[in-house]
Amino acid sequence: MELFLQQVLNGLTLGGVYSLVALGLTLVYGILHVPNFAHGAFYMAGAYSAFFIMTKLGLNYWWGMLGAAVVVALISVLSERLVFHPLRKAPYLHHMIASIGILLFLEAGAQAIWGADFHRMETPYTQLLEFGGLTLPAQRLLIIGAAFLLVALLQLFLKKTITGATIVAMAQNREGAALVGIDANRVAMLTFAIAGALAGMAAVLYAPINLVYTSMGNLVITKAFVIIVLGGMGSVPGAIVGGLIIGFAEAFGAFYISTDYKDIIAFALLVLILSVRPQGLFAKGAH
Amino acid sequence: MKLFNSTTGWLLLLALALAFPFLAGNDYHLTVMSTAYIYAIATIGLNLITGYTGQYNLAHSGFMAVGAYTVGILTVDHQVPFWIAFLLAGVVAAALGFFVGLVSLRLKTHFFSIFTLCVGYIMYLLIEKWESLTHGTVGIIGIPAPPSIGSIDFTEPRPQYYLVLLFLVASLWIMHRIVRSLLGRTFMAIRNGDDLAQALGINLMRNKLLAFMLSVFFAGLAGGLYAGFVRFIGPGVASVEHTFDMTMYMLVGGIGTLLGPLLGAIGVPWLTQYLQVLQDYRFVVFGPLLVILVIFLPYGIVGTWMNRKRRKEALAAQAAASSAPRDLSSISTAKGATHA
Repeated sequence: MELFLQQVLNGLTLGGVYSLVALGLTLVYGILHVPNFAHGAFYMAGAYSAFFIMTKLGLNYWWGMLGAAVVVALISVLSERLVFHPLRKAPYLHHMIASIGILLFLEAGAQAIWGADFHRMETPYTQLLEFGGLTLPAQRLLIIGAAFLLVALLQLFLKKTITGATIVAMAQNREGAALVGIDANRVAMLTFAIAGALAGMAAVLYAPINLVYTSMGNLVITKAFVIIVLGGMGSVPGAIVGGLIIGFAEAFGAFYISTDYKDIIAFALLVLILSVRPQGLFAKGAH
Repeated sequence: MKLFNSTTGWLLLLALALAFPFLAGNDYHLTVMSTAYIYAIATIGLNLITGYTGQYNLAHSGFMAVGAYTVGILTVDHQVPFWIAFLLAGVVAAALGFFVGLVSLRLKTHFFSIFTLCVGYIMYLLIEKWESLTHGTVGIIGIPAPPSIGSIDFTEPRPQYYLVLLFLVASLWIMHRIVRSLLGRTFMAIRNGDDLAQALGINLMRNKLLAFMLSVFFAGLAGGLYAGFVRFIGPGVASVEHTFDMTMYMLVGGIGTLLGPLLGAIGVPWLTQYLQVLQDYRFVVFGPLLVILVIFLPYGIVGTWMNRKRRKEALAAQAAASSAPRDLSSISTAKGATHA
């Protein structure tokens, strides 16, 4: 039972991080209607920014996280302006290849600056909390708490503010949004900024229990794609539920099946589901 | 570019390729060129499904690895003769392509790419973790070279070079036949519009599946050749980065053309060879280059050239048509021409 609860905790940790990354991806998809492969590199850039702020500038973990959010939001907006905006009328294949171009540039850039070594990110929350026979590492609790707080805040923003509503409106219907006078450029930039900030913060949350390295975003982004295909491309609740499903599948799979193959589980799940339901689990219709 | 619409242009290229070992300064240059040819074969395959059929496959290097590992496992662990293993490399890749395609090709546009990206990762992770079959991260060492014929020893750089060149020429010729055939036109019709192609009575699934299997067959053979040429393989062969490299080659030269991917696959690695600093950081340059290409030169060097030529011809045709208004057929064919 304790081991089972431990896996629940692991599932929540992974699920929280995946949901944050998938949320940004799904928002951008809603606006762009193209998968942004560079999102994984944004995640990586977040971890490196925080790492730099903490080790070189000597600031604490929370400044690191704030810095990462700002830096990645900037990178994200820049790529929208410089790359995706000029391409908005191009075929989807060109968008996709361009996003891969950004991904490769950021990864190779990080490697050129910081080298190919793995880095460990220090966290102030190294304590182990005892709770009813369960050993809970503080960082994991922090990840779960922060991830769900961010998800809730984003939901509030999208649902309760006018700016948030414009994002939802544009994701649902671009032409309609333009007709009622929504400034598409502003919304696109805002969406990219939010997506980038979420990816950056997710990376800083997860990095202390993982490691910081240049290709750290690759597996995470691929899983985020699995999540938003599962949850329906462009769907915010889908990204949250999908994130939890994959997080739990991976935690329990690693424990009950094999640690070696835990990374394959998410992909195998996708292959299985798409074989049966090509439109994804919750998708209302194929895009 | 008129040159390359004619056989003369291609023969000139072939003559240059045949003379290369006598022009090259050293064996290292030969090795670089042979490796470039092997990746060119795989890129020609990727171009069939992506450039001609419009489905961007991100698992291509995975299929190349399947070919390489088929040769590696069969020759080293089961002492199968090289050429039989080599042929099977293509067959196994195509057979796997059938099953992957069966599921993935039902998905449209970027869903297909996301799916194949996942397939690529599964292939990579399986190669790394399935130690009893693939030797895991250690890789397969001591793969035999293609057996020597008489005094021609394929462990020597020169015979190796000509062998790889032979396969490259054969691949190009086969691809030329495919693209010029009704089948090739069918693929291009699917690329230009799924719905329209279907309305014309084209069986989408069957043709996409065929294009996919043919495409990964080339990847499998290229992988098999790679195994016999480098004689050591590790999970790195399956790395998605190689698919990105091949995308680069395809785009630089011109996606959806026969000559473009070939020139890209040969030219880009040479460029990286000469800019030694780039070796590890090639993507610092390649990444922005990809972006610049899709924004400013989406049809690559060869494609842009051909388009410009076509536009000139179309203008000429239009001028001719305006003086003789009844001849409308020439305008419509000129306008309908794609960059293929």
